[in-house]
Amino acid sequence: MIRITAAALLLATSAPVFAETHNIAPGEGAQERLQEALILAEPGDEIVLEAGHYVLTDGLSLDVDNVTMRGAGMDGTVLDFTTQAGSGEGLLVTSDNVTLRDFALENPQGDGIKSKGADNIVYYRIRVTWTNGPDAGNGAYGIYPVESTGVLIDGAKVTGASDAGIYVGQSNLITVRNSIAEANVAGIEIENSRNALVEHNIATRNTGGILIFDLPGLPVMGGGNVIVANNLVVANDTANFAPPGNIVAGVRRGTGIMVMANEAVLIENNILQHNPTAPIMVVAYTQQFEDERYNPLPREVVIGANNYGVGGDDPQLDGAEMLVAAFGGALPPVMWDGLGSLYTVPGTAGWSMNLTEQGAGLDNVQPSPLSAPAPAGEFNREGIGAPAELDARIL
Amino acid sequence: MKRSLALLAASALALGGSFAAGPTVPQTVNDSVVTGDAMPRNLGEYGFFLDPAARLPSAALVPYELNTPLWSDGADKLRYLYVPEGAVIETDGDGLLQFPVGTAIIKTFAFGEGDDQRYIETRVLLNRADGWTALPYRWNEEQTQARLALAGARVPITTPDGEEISYRIPNKNQCKSCHSLDDAVLPIGPKARNMAPELLALLVADGRLAAMPQIPRALPSWSDEAASTEARARAYLDVNCAHCHQPGGGASNSGLDLRWEQDDLFALGVNKPPVAAGRGAGGLLVSVEPGDPDASILVHRMNSAEPGVAMPELGRSTIDHDAVTLMRDWITEMDQ
Repeated sequence: MIRITAAALLLATSAPVFAETHNIAPGEGAQERLQEALILAEPGDEIVLEAGHYVLTDGLSLDVDNVTMRGAGMDGTVLDFTTQAGSGEGLLVTSDNVTLRDFALENPQGDGIKSKGADNIVYYRIRVTWTNGPDAGNGAYGIYPVESTGVLIDGAKVTGASDAGIYVGQSNLITVRNSIAEANVAGIEIENSRNALVEHNIATRNTGGILIFDLPGLPVMGGGNVIVANNLVVANDTANFAPPGNIVAGVRRGTGIMVMANEAVLIENNILQHNPTAPIMVVAYTQQFEDERYNPLPREVVIGANNYGVGGDDPQLDGAEMLVAAFGGALPPVMWDGLGSLYTVPGTAGWSMNLTEQGAGLDNVQPSPLSAPAPAGEFNREGIGAPAELDARIL
Repeated sequence: MKRSLALLAASALALGGSFAAGPTVPQTVNDSVVTGDAMPRNLGEYGFFLDPAARLPSAALVPYELNTPLWSDGADKLRYLYVPEGAVIETDGDGLLQFPVGTAIIKTFAFGEGDDQRYIETRVLLNRADGWTALPYRWNEEQTQARLALAGARVPITTPDGEEISYRIPNKNQCKSCHSLDDAVLPIGPKARNMAPELLALLVADGRLAAMPQIPRALPSWSDEAASTEARARAYLDVNCAHCHQPGGGASNSGLDLRWEQDDLFALGVNKPPVAAGRGAGGLLVSVEPGDPDASILVHRMNSAEPGVAMPELGRSTIDHDAVTLMRDWITEMDQ
């Protein structure tokens, strides 16, 4: 029995008893040396990227389970993709139980780090920067986990993405926290995903700070069970620089926290300041669609207590001048299109467009002060967030 | 690194006897190398070819072609199939042939005509007990030896169109990026519907293929102007795009499904907005806008060589202009 227990313990902790450390230094042949280490790594191994500046010409990829890639800090180890000549991202991860920590990517030609079908992944103190600032020619996503169960992003920093800085798509059991998203089109975006916790982040100088979207026509739909809490969402006032055609190209400059479609979303204890279109926006999917599996309405969206500063004072909306004048100089902090179901704690000021039909455009806006019922009970927080095992990896 | 390299070294030692004298190669295919768990450092170790330069295939290799091949910067491709003695390939309708363990698929990429032809790389797919393994080998300048290029490489090339390019040999993981479905590595090319009936009949007659597969609708050669524009375009998309753009493929999250058998227009991109294309969308609103190729993201991305925009993401550094023309014709002809 003792032997069995010991073996079980080894499995349970996935302790890298026989693990090896592969040290990589910058300089001549870094591309080949690093990529070879990523290919030859065995489960449990750690790849250590020494401090320095790595010039890389092609995307990197990792396809071995249970590997850690560790740099010497997000300002110490820099993977520079400015001269990247191939691949759609800087680093692609397709294996499970991977930990990426303490390094940076600069100027990837496409996405920064994409992890696809990579369950239980941790991004810890990762930086992705497009060094020229907001530019439509920058890559789309900085940190991009998709189709994964178990995602923890902690202490990350993403700047300049032409779509979303931190984008979690078609995934489940997600935590994004303690991270900074600055000068992207969307700071943090949770799309077609369930059980996501977005807390203690800073979203600033984006076009929109934090977006919770559910879209039709994707393999995974039915986003919901999302908590957006304790975030600092400030001065998201960068003009939208997304290439037209992408869904975020429709995000209005000055959006703080935006929910589109989705089921069961809680927004509370955030500090919202200087988001000139809408500190909080709750809307149905705006376009026509044919997907029968899809519900375009926001349902069971709960606006808890938040700290609202200046906002809604320079909205990028049709008839802005008249709207602002009608509401006495600034729109109240919560904007709803009137579709689906919204609950707000007493004392929440807002306005509704009172739309009656999804996908019909904004021709029939009948603005009025918001009148939404109070939440019926406690928001069900069960099962929301990344599995505890992921926390344990970065203790 | 130490342990892994030691493993490689050990495998080289085990085979050392037959190589100590220099660039000689075994006269028969070395089944234990094909099915073993090592990553041979030199292509010669498999014994696929009679000469070190791999110009003379072993008699056990079956050369084959595909009706519509993958386009790779205009490279010529020499394809061989090896099935071990006594093993039999099963069929799966008109789809991928079901190869027995011990199978090897060998593809050499070459540029240049006649005597000027130079081998750049040889990619092998090995069907081992725990699944397929894909390995890239890079030819040396002297054309005498192809060595394992786990991390890939870049090689300056002049394409048949006269373009000077930095040709990319994929790394081992990039092999898998295309050759993966539901996380398993699989061959892409040898689907019954994309192979000549004569070749399939030959394999049946040889006892290597269990039965003649049923093929209701074969892929045409995409350059065969006798075939309809739609069939040619769909054949090209199936071969060049659908390994990622299908459920379970590398680009499944896009919702775009470009397989030959897909008949839902939205899944094929018609009036479908992009999902995660980013700047790759080029400011266009849908993948395919019937009647308007200039408004179709599919054309825009095939007509770019810029990383982050270009599709496919891997395997090409230049634009396949003939294919772009075909896509434009197909979209122009569509009912609006």
